[in-house]
Amino acid sequence: MDDRTAFLTIAAMAAVTYATRSGPLLFLAGRTLPPAAIRFLAHVPAAVLAALSAVALLRPEGRFDAGPGNLILWAGLIAFALALRTRGFFGPVALGMALVAAGRWLGM
Amino acid sequence: MSARGSTAAPPPGGLARQALARSLPIALGYVPVGMAYGVLAGKAGLGAVNVLAMSLLVYAGSAQLVAVGLFAAGASALSLVAMTFAVNLRHLLFSAAMAPLLSGWRKRELAAFAFELTDETFALHAARFGRGERDKALTLSINVAAQAAWVAGTALGVVLGDVLGDGRAFALDFALPGMFLALLAGQLKARSHVAAAVAGAALALAAAHFGAGGAGALGAGLAGAACGFGVERWMTGRPS
Repeated sequence: MDDRTAFLTIAAMAAVTYATRSGPLLFLAGRTLPPAAIRFLAHVPAAVLAALSAVALLRPEGRFDAGPGNLILWAGLIAFALALRTRGFFGPVALGMALVAAGRWLGM
Repeated sequence: MSARGSTAAPPPGGLARQALARSLPIALGYVPVGMAYGVLAGKAGLGAVNVLAMSLLVYAGSAQLVAVGLFAAGASALSLVAMTFAVNLRHLLFSAAMAPLLSGWRKRELAAFAFELTDETFALHAARFGRGERDKALTLSINVAAQAAWVAGTALGVVLGDVLGDGRAFALDFALPGMFLALLAGQLKARSHVAAAVAGAALALAAAHFGAGGAGALGAGLAGAACGFGVERWMTGRPS
């Protein structure tokens, strides 16, 4: 794909991405949602972040892997435990990266 | 943070500093992931301008990393756009969830906010607004600072591509899952949130097993949130 076609493709990718981000926000602006809908939406972050985390941890190479060689999984669980305990953000991410990098350096 | 529970505007001259401080945890995660994207996009044959253009215009980590693989495989423009749409479908939920929190905003302000609505900025703002931190200028500035970190990471990846290899030795591929996990930990405030998370995770794995792709995250998110909502109603003794 030449540079011009690649750029036009990227512009189209940007347009569909923006549609998913702006559509509900603009459509629902100024409307009063029922309390039940608001309570439902309050559970969206946990559900979606857990969905993304589970796939990233247990399918790091695109197939299910819960074995001892899955460094992303084990480092992720340790980082998650730290995040639950401290409610910190960068510390758990940095710890997980250090564990994965160390594991690979050691040939695990 | 001093602004906890406050709806007042930040002090003059303090807006940029506050935005940088609030976005710092995200920025520290975005830089390594952005570097990984920059490295891989360069190796996939994209020119430096297009590598940066994707981070400026699309600004969606998961979708960009998927797209890099498709560019490298010589996929068609249509399949790239379709896959980007599928991977980003979950943003529909984020956008809908933010709508009640931004009820007083003008349309053009909402349009600007939506451009930089990512997994991470959504989780950050949902938590901030839950604490009563609703300053508009600060909210938009945090988004700009976060995207600046993403673009800076991308640029570093482009420049350091030859040094970093594929970035695995530096565990750059852990940064994105690590951010998801840290954000998730901050969302587990009640048993109903735990129920939503467990259901979302299980359904996402099942969907991935059956090759549902990006739509799987949307479906798992919807069903998981419904499960958490049901548990909340059950625990408070109200009929669903």
